[in-house]
Amino acid sequence: MPESALNEGRAIPEDLEMVVGLEVHVELLTKSKMFCRCSTRFGDPPNSNVCPVCLGLPGSLPVVNREAVRLAVIAALALNCRVNPRSRFARKNYFYPDLPKGYQISQYEEPLAVGGYVMIPGPPPKKIRIRRLHLEEDAGKSMHAGEDITRAAYSLLDFNRCGVPLIEIVSEPDICSPEEARQYLEELRRILEFTGVSDVKMEEGSMRVDSNVSLRRLGQERLGALVELKNLNSFRAVVRALTYEKDRQSRILAAGGTVLRETRGWDESLEITVPLRLKETSEDYRYFPDPDLHPLVLSEEWLEKVRREMPPLPEEKRGYYVNVLGIPAYDAGILTSSRKLSEFFDECVSRGADPKVASNWILSELLGYMNSRGLGLDAIPTSPEFLVKLIRLIDKGVISGRIAKDILAKMCETGRDPEEIVREEGLQQVTDEAFLVRVIDEVIAENPSAVEGIKKGRSKAIAFLVGQVMKKTGGRANPELVNIIIKSKLE
Amino acid sequence: MGDNALWNMKASALLELMTAGEVSATEVVEAFLDRISEVEPKVGAFLEVMREEGLAQARRIDKLRQSGEYPGLLGGLPVAVKDNICVAGARCTSGSRMLANWIAPYDATVVRALKEQGAVIIGKTNMDEFAMGSSTENSALGLTRNPWDPRRVPGGSSGGSAAAVAAGEVPLALGSDTGGSVRQPAAFTGVTGLKPTYGRVSRYGLVAFASSLDQIGPIAADVKDVCLLMDVISGFDERDSTSEDRPVPSYSRVLSKSARGLKAGVPKECLTQGVSRGVRECFERALEILEDLGIGIKETSLPMIRYALDCYYIIAPAEASSNLSRFDGVRYGLRAEAKSLEEMYMRTRRNFGPEVRRRIMLGTFALSAGYYDAYYLRAAKVRTLIRRDFKRAFEEFDILLSPTTPTTAFLLGERTQDPLSMYMADVLTVPANLAGLPALSVPCGFEDVPSGGNGEKETLRRLPVGLQITGRPFDEETVLCAGYAFYQAVAAAVEAELTCMRKGLGQVG
Repeated sequence: MPESALNEGRAIPEDLEMVVGLEVHVELLTKSKMFCRCSTRFGDPPNSNVCPVCLGLPGSLPVVNREAVRLAVIAALALNCRVNPRSRFARKNYFYPDLPKGYQISQYEEPLAVGGYVMIPGPPPKKIRIRRLHLEEDAGKSMHAGEDITRAAYSLLDFNRCGVPLIEIVSEPDICSPEEARQYLEELRRILEFTGVSDVKMEEGSMRVDSNVSLRRLGQERLGALVELKNLNSFRAVVRALTYEKDRQSRILAAGGTVLRETRGWDESLEITVPLRLKETSEDYRYFPDPDLHPLVLSEEWLEKVRREMPPLPEEKRGYYVNVLGIPAYDAGILTSSRKLSEFFDECVSRGADPKVASNWILSELLGYMNSRGLGLDAIPTSPEFLVKLIRLIDKGVISGRIAKDILAKMCETGRDPEEIVREEGLQQVTDEAFLVRVIDEVIAENPSAVEGIKKGRSKAIAFLVGQVMKKTGGRANPELVNIIIKSKLE
Repeated sequence: MGDNALWNMKASALLELMTAGEVSATEVVEAFLDRISEVEPKVGAFLEVMREEGLAQARRIDKLRQSGEYPGLLGGLPVAVKDNICVAGARCTSGSRMLANWIAPYDATVVRALKEQGAVIIGKTNMDEFAMGSSTENSALGLTRNPWDPRRVPGGSSGGSAAAVAAGEVPLALGSDTGGSVRQPAAFTGVTGLKPTYGRVSRYGLVAFASSLDQIGPIAADVKDVCLLMDVISGFDERDSTSEDRPVPSYSRVLSKSARGLKAGVPKECLTQGVSRGVRECFERALEILEDLGIGIKETSLPMIRYALDCYYIIAPAEASSNLSRFDGVRYGLRAEAKSLEEMYMRTRRNFGPEVRRRIMLGTFALSAGYYDAYYLRAAKVRTLIRRDFKRAFEEFDILLSPTTPTTAFLLGERTQDPLSMYMADVLTVPANLAGLPALSVPCGFEDVPSGGNGEKETLRRLPVGLQITGRPFDEETVLCAGYAFYQAVAAAVEAELTCMRKGLGQVG
């Protein structure tokens, strides 16, 4: 009884290392499905995007979606894979209610691409190799009236997702910790989002992760049996489940037990993995080449065209930001963490904003606003055009930097034009000297100790007084002018 | 009733009459519907007769003609469709209990083409379940008899379509041919059937049996009528990735070409495969006729085709085992009630007939881990060798000749207990499917056989024999041209027998 070892509380051997391989399924951002013309839109009423082909009706036949092939090739190139000029679709045969043909069209012996890698930052940086990348179709969705299919009174099926194009990316077992797994997935997500291959939303199921885990003594051959983990619905779940598995398997081995070769599921609420089925009677999918589809042959010209038209990768853009635009490396890393953010920045620059200034505004203010509210860039109604306008208003001295921050928040809430906000709310800077002198006199009178400080040469005290003036004017005073007036009065 | 009855006429003649305004489409369709009512009890070719839809379509065609509009290439001609080809709104059973009540929600591409060209679809024809069989006895839904002898099978799996044409119930029909299912029943019933090149005709809407072998093909009384259907159903279909995007000739027009000077090969292997004496004699006479027509004939060899049947019975069941997985009771078709999913699958799929179950088992086995290389992969390699044999032969010859079947129609029940003897009925037709080649069966004579039945008084029955002409890929033209030239030479004799048989069929008793 290997599981009983869990209760004995023996020490986990220190020299055990985990070996993890990840299988990642990613939905491609095509308008139509892999083998028919139905829409891939997420969230439509059940069974509204279906036809004889994706329902697997008798007599229907698949036709390959060229755009799906193009996106899969982009993914393969972005992940440094070798694209096979000739690959084949194969049938993976198994019975399940959400699989209307009784087989899934996938690729088996001749996948689209092989032999790639992803660099993870570490430290230390590490190369995670990719064994293969292939195209396939998604299955439908079952909804059970009850806990699961075995106990449900009835089940309902939605075939909207059925036939949505997927790529499966299989890593080599190069991952040695939950943190490396997380980094690999982050990197994968970033590259796939950046190149427009997928929207990689785990919560909508457009990125799904299965994991193979086993343990071995440091630097030695495999020790434990391979355990497959399923239901990993977030990066957090991946990290937690792998951590749990390392612990579980270590304890079993420490107690002299044997790890069973099996498929386990991650139970989100209990934060444990539970056995789903023993792997020993491994399913025989009876793969064979799909006779309804000719081999997928990609010409060198076509591949070259895809390569040429490929959107830049995050690293390429990061390099450009640092070397050409002079953005600090750390900031450039954040700007290239998502395609949309970097495109937002690019547009600010192309509209004439100083790159560093634009970067600062995006990283500190825009991201600050988004993060504090948990919003994505999509949910913010403002635009690069307005951010550039805002920066211009500061440059021209129309508004102060402090006021600008408030205006940006308003822009983010309402999508209004900053010039309009300034005009309608009277937020222009005050440069009327007589008015400023009056306010400064008040502030000097109210803060004798600070005045004392200035006379003793404490420059911080000047800043304090300037701050007080800004406060009294609702941030509208021109801070430079205030500074000069205070200095001239007290020195 | 007689030689001049509309139902005894060929499609081309009917079309002329309708075009000349001598007869309306409605009259034509009514004549065939009446003929169906009259002889169907003896033949059993149809699973469904679409009387009302047929008459409505005929009236539409008549209106078009009256208003001077062109009603299409087939304007007003009745066509029967094998019941594994989808016609929107009609049941499409594939001869199976599994789909006995399934109504197709869409038209197969060929059916759409028929409709666009003014054809009148008047019924769905009986077939071996999921096209698996050579006698139509594997239909779960009805018995079809050979119009030449009601105690005999019509062949299969397109037995309903062939019997309907032979019996004069319809001038044109569609079948499907995976291992001979158009040609073999055409030969057994004395009509003409073509299996086009793989990829010539769209498979979209054909319930798949073995996807790499299936091809829809026309069945009609003569080569000219077969060409008429080919002109309508051929060509690229963007819904079928295995259909080929290449120019389609007008087949009706190639008939005016001469067959003189064509080079024909006779594979010696084809005459050793259990060919009966009567069939051999007919075939040899056919060769003489072809020589008289100026076709050069030489013996040749296709050594690998001796493995064709073995190869076929790995590949076809393997693909079928996967193609038939969708009949699981979940979404459409028959569902057996059960307490669990597993049990539902099992009980539902028990409703496949014994031959279908046998092939699902065979195919599942051939694809299983540990057996794949020894069976499926090896069969795929043999298939390549068979293709190579044909390719080599076609460097020398324009066409290859053989009997379509080793024997004439056998008795109902004669081979049902012995699957291997049933499989032998396709031994000469299977190679063309494996190699994807066009192959025509055209009537070439008759074999007189004792009418069988123990203790009964022996009388002789005339049973038709078919000549098979196989051609290069996408060279249906040459095949049809040779077939037409040959048929002209035997037409009078063949059609006299046909008319005589048809008349006999219409007589009470």
